[in-house]
Amino acid sequence: MIKAILIFNNHGKPRLSKFYQPYSEDTQQQIIRETFHLVSKRDENVCNFLEGGLLIGGSDNKLIYRHYATLYFVFCVDSSESELGILDLIQVFVETLDKCFENVCELDLIFHVDKVHNILAEMVMGGMVLETNMNEIVTQIDAQNKLEKSEPPVMEVHLQKSTLLERKRFLHL
Amino acid sequence: MSDIVEKTLTALPGLFLQNQSVGGPAGVKASFSSRLGGLVRGITALTSKHEEEKLIQQELSNLKATVSAPATTLKMMKECMVRLIYCEMLGYDASFGYIHAIKLAQQGNLLEKRVGYLAVSLFLHENHELLLLLVNTVVKDLQSTNLVEVCMALTIVSQIFPREMIPAVLPLIEDKLQHSKEIIRRKAVLALYKFHLIAPNQVQHIHIKFRKALCDRDVGVMAASLHIYFRMIKENPSAYKDLTGSFVTILKQVVGGKLPVDFNYHSVPAPWLQIQLLRILGLLGKDDQRTSELMYDVLDESLRRAELNHNVTYGLKALTYVIQQDPTLALQHQMTIIECLDHPDPIIKRETLELLYRITNAQNITVIVQKMLEYLHQSKEEYIIVNLVGKIAELAEKYAPDNAWFIQTMNAVFSVGGDVMHPDIPNNFMRLLAEGFDDETEDQQLRLYAVQSYLTLLDVENVFYPQKFLQVMSWVLGEYYYLLDKDTPEEVLTKLYKLLMNASVSSETKAWLIAAVTKLTSQAHSSNIVERLIQEFTISLDTCMRQHAFELKHLRENVELMKSLLPVDKSCEDMVVDASLSFLDGFVAEELSQGAAPYKPHHQRQEEKLSQEKVLNFEPYGLSFSSSGFTGRQSPAGISLGSDISGNSAETGLKETNGLKLEGIKKLWGKEGYLPKKEGKTGDETEAPPVPQESIIMETVDQTLIKKDQCQVLTQSKEEKEKQLLASSLFVGLGSESTVNLLGKADTVSHKFRRKSKIKETKSGETTSAHNRTCSYFSSSSNATYEDGYYLDTLQDRGDKELNKLSLNSGLLDSESLTELPSVEKLSNCKLSSSPSLFTDNSMEGFQPSQSTALSVANETSLAASLLEETSEHMHSDLVEVCHNETISLSSFKIWKDDCLFMVWSVSNKSGLELESADLEIAPAENFKITEQPGCRLPIIEAESIKTFQYSVQVEKPFTEGNLSGFINYQMMDTHSVQLEFSVNLSLLDFIRPLKISTENFGKLWLSFANDVKQNIKVSESQAALPSALKTLQQKLRLHVVEIIGNEGLLACQLLPSIPCLLHFRVHGDVLALWFRSSCSTLPDCLLYQCQKVMEGS
Repeated sequence: MIKAILIFNNHGKPRLSKFYQPYSEDTQQQIIRETFHLVSKRDENVCNFLEGGLLIGGSDNKLIYRHYATLYFVFCVDSSESELGILDLIQVFVETLDKCFENVCELDLIFHVDKVHNILAEMVMGGMVLETNMNEIVTQIDAQNKLEKSEPPVMEVHLQKSTLLERKRFLHL
Repeated sequence: MSDIVEKTLTALPGLFLQNQSVGGPAGVKASFSSRLGGLVRGITALTSKHEEEKLIQQELSNLKATVSAPATTLKMMKECMVRLIYCEMLGYDASFGYIHAIKLAQQGNLLEKRVGYLAVSLFLHENHELLLLLVNTVVKDLQSTNLVEVCMALTIVSQIFPREMIPAVLPLIEDKLQHSKEIIRRKAVLALYKFHLIAPNQVQHIHIKFRKALCDRDVGVMAASLHIYFRMIKENPSAYKDLTGSFVTILKQVVGGKLPVDFNYHSVPAPWLQIQLLRILGLLGKDDQRTSELMYDVLDESLRRAELNHNVTYGLKALTYVIQQDPTLALQHQMTIIECLDHPDPIIKRETLELLYRITNAQNITVIVQKMLEYLHQSKEEYIIVNLVGKIAELAEKYAPDNAWFIQTMNAVFSVGGDVMHPDIPNNFMRLLAEGFDDETEDQQLRLYAVQSYLTLLDVENVFYPQKFLQVMSWVLGEYYYLLDKDTPEEVLTKLYKLLMNASVSSETKAWLIAAVTKLTSQAHSSNIVERLIQEFTISLDTCMRQHAFELKHLRENVELMKSLLPVDKSCEDMVVDASLSFLDGFVAEELSQGAAPYKPHHQRQEEKLSQEKVLNFEPYGLSFSSSGFTGRQSPAGISLGSDISGNSAETGLKETNGLKLEGIKKLWGKEGYLPKKEGKTGDETEAPPVPQESIIMETVDQTLIKKDQCQVLTQSKEEKEKQLLASSLFVGLGSESTVNLLGKADTVSHKFRRKSKIKETKSGETTSAHNRTCSYFSSSSNATYEDGYYLDTLQDRGDKELNKLSLNSGLLDSESLTELPSVEKLSNCKLSSSPSLFTDNSMEGFQPSQSTALSVANETSLAASLLEETSEHMHSDLVEVCHNETISLSSFKIWKDDCLFMVWSVSNKSGLELESADLEIAPAENFKITEQPGCRLPIIEAESIKTFQYSVQVEKPFTEGNLSGFINYQMMDTHSVQLEFSVNLSLLDFIRPLKISTENFGKLWLSFANDVKQNIKVSESQAALPSALKTLQQKLRLHVVEIIGNEGLLACQLLPSIPCLLHFRVHGDVLALWFRSSCSTLPDCLLYQCQKVMEGS
């Protein structure tokens, strides 16, 4: 199962953290730091998997990450998950974010952390992959967003967008 | 209780809101939506961590004021929650907001509720007390007609939900499996999976509904159910074999592109689904030819369609798994593997080495180990070093091509692995040196080489070797320095002395060093250095060292005694040990007559322990340095046996003190004690003894490294060739030579290796069997004694029996000669095979597995004695055949001993031929600790005879279903070896024992336990009566009835080794109310399940 999903930027600032196993607040922060430390020192041309840090469970665990422009997306999973499957799941996640936010960037994640969590909840539930079909996820999110129509949309942050998905093209074409 | 709190909470804001003034809150509200933005901008503008802390603390105190202010609307609260989430993510404590998050989830409209739920799921963990307040909200939302609300509730349930509240929502979620909306069904399946994970027994009854989910018309629901199936099949593959067809069909559809096109991911049809299905099929097809055959087509198809060039590690991992099945497959990818070896990414390199480790054989060992050492020198992470060092040592022992290489490699292992490596490694190494192989000159050369290389290493100035390495060195030098044929060991004594005076050497190592000095002193007694050393250490502050120094000092005064105590090269000779400590008999008698308490055997003390509150710890404090008397300690029961076989007791005592640690190791790790863990290894060691080899001699590891560096300087084309060379040396010996080698060179070499090792194999086989034959003397004599003892037992009381046994034992020892032995053994075997009724009989006494191999007299007598003590009073299961073919039949049964489960497998040879190298292996199983009982390793099963293998099984944590699998190997004359697989189911009940406690203690324990489970179960009329229910529980579950009060009963049991569980039960009409409590969180659940099974079954 998935133990944690972490998003932090190139400086290690957490942008989203979701733990599917109970860790104390302190441990969570340590895990984020450790993970950042492990992931950030890796070159661009090395593989996207590494064996987990000690805090999150040692060698039975794997970190699978992708680096998009300013952000690292890291999934901590145990040995029952497929590395490749998770790697592509990250891509699905980011593409879904891109669809929901239109050219998603780091600021979207900061200002709409609740929405990002909601999107994530449609993909991963209690540590298990629930849905991988992007259209299905977007449909669910849209259905929920209809509720929000009464709310004024918060569009204040779309000014300084540097697209998060710039790198996507390199990765998949 | 949570009800009331919830109502109160609901009422509060309403009250406040009624009296809201229009002006204040509106103003606050306007600025609210941009507050988060402000906060984020504020943080971004900061430059130091300290400032951030100040800002956030400020923000948090503002938030605290806002959330607790009565005027705060839910909408504002929602905004606050988002900011709290942000602060928590940065690592600041926002616990004051938790209760408000729950409130928001309770009271808010959809949007607010959603944020409330989100905050709850991020803030709380599943054991948080506040979570109970959420239960009613969840129940309400699950019943809602609004889909979104139901979805939110399901999501929160699968993320965090208190285990004990599952029954409250379970029926609601079960209903959702039939919901018309796919998304609800999907989430319901996952929520149930979560329940299955945290409380498997509560969802036991809905397994059949999962099957419906698997066949759901919606792909998502089906995919969600795969999570459950993967888990359940992993736990118990045999129960789901019938589903193989369904999984194959689904996979076929997925691979064939039958799913809607939006399930394609980058034009691969539903890759996640494929992965999941393939894993499930892998579990189902494992070790099952018939099931596997169903899958071949679809697997082939999936492989064909899959793109193979994704991420290299992934491929490597897969390849590693494949190679475990068939090493020749690696050949097709050899160049890729070579590329990976030089990959800049250390992770890929490591995976590559893992792969190479799997394909290592006698021919490519040098190259592979060299690669591993290169990697080892670069890596710094401890667990990588530990792991790799272990692998290198294992490979070196298995396949070492020659002495020099072996020693050099082990030197590298010791100096790099140092003190982090597994203690088995140095112990194995020393044992290997001491025991040697069949060829004495070969052994001497190996030892000589080791001595020489250590002397060289110690010559190097200013080098610090790890403590473990120094210990190995000092032992080897002490034991085998004499091989150098020098007149005096002055030179080596100087070196040891230097080390002894070195402050960086640990005191444990110093003990090893001084032991070496002692041994050397006996060879050359007049040494100034020894003199100085004694002077130095007799005043040492370290008592241990002082003791050794004094011993040495006194021994030096009696050279003859010293020489007889420390004979040269006798480290692995078995010592005759007076296991009964008979030389103390006089002393004991004297003490007893003066009123000392008599000795109590272990089991007796155990019983007393249970009845008393406080008892002293009678366990020995580990292995002390001076290991005198350890044999007695090992087998307190042995004291009553075999006075006759004791040797010269005075000598024994002294010898042990001076034999020092090595002798201790010897006994504990001796041939028999060793086997349970390393059975494969010992076999391999004898298979591949170091053979001198001119072709590949590597002087030192360092030199090879240098060589390699030189190679890299060569030109590009040469580098390519180099790689091919490397490839051919790496993959040599896998499959047929012609396809293996790119350069086709190694043919001749490999032949040479092979022939040699084969000769070795047969040779060593012969010698071991010969050795075993001589050893079986005592074993069968004690068996015979035992059987006689049994018959006597029926007539006489226990004390008499002991006496009889003793006399019988001695009688046998006197009268029987070695040649008569097989007949004795057969006799007992025949008795066994001709009367299987003994097993179905209610007691075990009649059956005594024939012990075959024995290392030492002491061990054997103690084993016989302990079996004697133990089997007589234990329940056992019937003998069940687990597998058979035309030659052999393998049966097993369980003995439920007080302290563990004892499994006995008995192999009966039905054929008229002798079976060679028969070996039974039990695969290591998660959650079970399996220890082989000593004394069941005779590689030959004679015609029409029976042989038994015994294992004791311990459990690590409670479980519902368990399974032990293994295989038996044997070889008939001149035919290839045959392997038969089998598996045996284990139940939790196998590890449950009655716990005999008083009602008073029951009460105390009951209050101290935190984990409880309550359940009512319906039973048939006949069962409902208290006595019959009690009887069932007592007999089938092995519970101890503590007390019966009216229609209530108190029962107690323990899960081995010592997790207690208490049961309170009450009978109401046809309902049994069960209430379990335990110190372990999962045990009550598991027991409840067993209880249900038993009550329903009976």
